[in-house]
Amino acid sequence: MPGQMRTVASTITNENGFYLVSGVSSARRMLGIYVVMTVTLSGVSKKFGAVRAVDGVDLEIRSGEFFSMLGPSGSGKTTVLRLIAGFEEPTTGTVQLAGRDVTRLPPFDRDVNTVFQDYALFPHLSVRQNVEYGLRVKRVAKAERISRAEQALATVHLEGFANRSPAALSGGQRQRVALARALVNRPSVLLLDEPLGALDLKLRLEMQSELKQIQREARITFVFVTHDQDEALTMSDRVAVFNAGRIEQVGTPAEVYERPATPFVAGFVGTSNLVEGETAAKILGSHGSYSVRPEKIRILPPGTAARGDEVAAPGRIADVVYAGAQTRFLVDLEAGGRLTALRQNRDEDGDEALRHRGAGVVLAWRRTHTVELTQAN
Amino acid sequence: MHLNRRSRIALRLAMALGLAVLYVPLLVVLLNSFNASRSFAWPPTGFSLRWWQAAWQEPGLRTALWTSVRAGLGATAVALVLGTMAAFAATRYRFFGRQAVSFLLILPIALPGIVTGIALNAAFRTVLTPLGIGFGLFTVIVGHATFCIVVVFNNVSARLRRLPGSGEDASADLGAHTFQTFWYITLPAVRGALFAGALLAFALSFDEIVVTTFTAGPGTQTLPLWIFDNLARPNQGPVVDVVASALIVLSALPVWLAHRMSAP
Ligand SMILES: Nc1ncnc2c1ncn2[C@@H]1O[C@H](COP(=O)(O)OP(=O)(O)OP(=O)(O)O)[C@@H](O)[C@H]1O
Ligand SMILES: [Mg+2]
Repeated sequence: MPGQMRTVASTITNENGFYLVSGVSSARRMLGIYVVMTVTLSGVSKKFGAVRAVDGVDLEIRSGEFFSMLGPSGSGKTTVLRLIAGFEEPTTGTVQLAGRDVTRLPPFDRDVNTVFQDYALFPHLSVRQNVEYGLRVKRVAKAERISRAEQALATVHLEGFANRSPAALSGGQRQRVALARALVNRPSVLLLDEPLGALDLKLRLEMQSELKQIQREARITFVFVTHDQDEALTMSDRVAVFNAGRIEQVGTPAEVYERPATPFVAGFVGTSNLVEGETAAKILGSHGSYSVRPEKIRILPPGTAARGDEVAAPGRIADVVYAGAQTRFLVDLEAGGRLTALRQNRDEDGDEALRHRGAGVVLAWRRTHTVELTQAN
Repeated sequence: MHLNRRSRIALRLAMALGLAVLYVPLLVVLLNSFNASRSFAWPPTGFSLRWWQAAWQEPGLRTALWTSVRAGLGATAVALVLGTMAAFAATRYRFFGRQAVSFLLILPIALPGIVTGIALNAAFRTVLTPLGIGFGLFTVIVGHATFCIVVVFNNVSARLRRLPGSGEDASADLGAHTFQTFWYITLPAVRGALFAGALLAFALSFDEIVVTTFTAGPGTQTLPLWIFDNLARPNQGPVVDVVASALIVLSALPVWLAHRMSAP
């Protein structure tokens, strides 16, 4: 199938190629079977009445990767997930799983499982019955059901909770049950809709590393929805940034962060300085839109000459914001506009940093850290 | 809340009066059923079980009771199946005219029983009689089902509307077909509503008299019809009291059960 061939090729040329290829289990390799399951969306749009929830999305998710969909509220992430799971039919376009067109297939005929944002556990069933459910409806023999459910509960560290009711669990434990209930079916693709959204920060960080570990060990493709950019950057192999039903950029976390393609991505993923118009002409020698990350900017004493590979811009510190580990300096440039520079508080403490307010400075950053942005289409 | 002495007394009196209006008539009926005298003599002249014995041996009464139970069970069964299915269609699927269908389903409960009765009577006459199906238990069940469906429909659709759809999505996601999802996930969630709806439907059918009059043939007598018939007859008054007393106890039981089950 052409879809599958393309997938294999892109898997191998991917810069995470080592990981992806080693992601095929040795047993499968010995048998010569490469199960390359992908999700492919082609020209997918979804309208709800007059609302375009998803607007012309093309997407290819590779086998075994941790793929995140990042975007603000209402940007269409959940809708894309529901289109892949089969809860919604696209208005236009097609959805393929492993090269097979599943656009019109109901959810129960698709080899994907979902961890819902609200977990959607069955309240009248015990934890064990919840986890067994997928096997039960597929008429898997009882003995196998029990052992697989136990295994899945062990994976999420809930061995002792099998007989409890979901109502008698904490939020984090419910989240794990939802995960076990999906994993027990050994899906090729697992869809997760902001699964950590309801957890407090500490539990969230714990679950992040556990999820990552499970994904690596079970070698399942994860499609992970989040609106938390840190989560997306730290966990993913690749990230798609959504805005108003469209994908603005797809790339590795480093690509998306270091080389944002559009002003939206530059602003949404991390904080960014926008240099454009007259200011850009004066400093960079050309009109256009550029982005510079605050942490890339060095703050030098006034009159200092920049290095050859650097851009330099004199200015005055308008404000100093102390933030614990770092301090943000807001600098008004002589060329016009205001840039934020971020500095680690390695040598100075907060009081010392605050005293710089009003001082003249030169800002300098490497030419290569200036990223040209294309306007969103 | 702070009340002064006088308003507290007034409040208690009002409550006592309310309870009295509700329960004194029932108490009179209960006492009368054990009254040794034949003619509703008040106060009762002595305690006796003779009316209970007489009622037990009354063949017409037993037949009527049995007919009522069968009519109630039949109408409830029809209502459970059709009412549940209608509730699903109206809450889980979007189709043209959904609002209108919901409205048409609920309408019969607001229609005066006599209108429903006349309409059904005419309909049965034109549709069933040519087919050789006469008036009898079957027509009574169909007649009662018209308003029993509404009760089940209302109960179940109210429950379904409050039930998040994500449970059904999760079930389908895990590989369950539509019927499996219904059986394993949705039905257990609406079980309480089904039970309450069934109880209410049975109760409605059991004491229905107007529609029954128009849909029962001459040979079919439900308990309410029998009571109505016998109330005016000489010598049958105390037996009717016995029936009423038995019904009081029988209907108090499910209400008490439901009350206990819904209490925390
Ligand atoms: N069933 C629906 N009917 C009508 N509009 C809908 C429906 N589902 C989603 N939408 C609309 O589609 C758009 C995208 O919604 P979606 O739930 O996909 O956003 P999201 O990116 O998941 O947001 P969040 O981060 O808040 O969960 C929103 O404007 C939403 O109001
Ligand atoms: Mg969402």
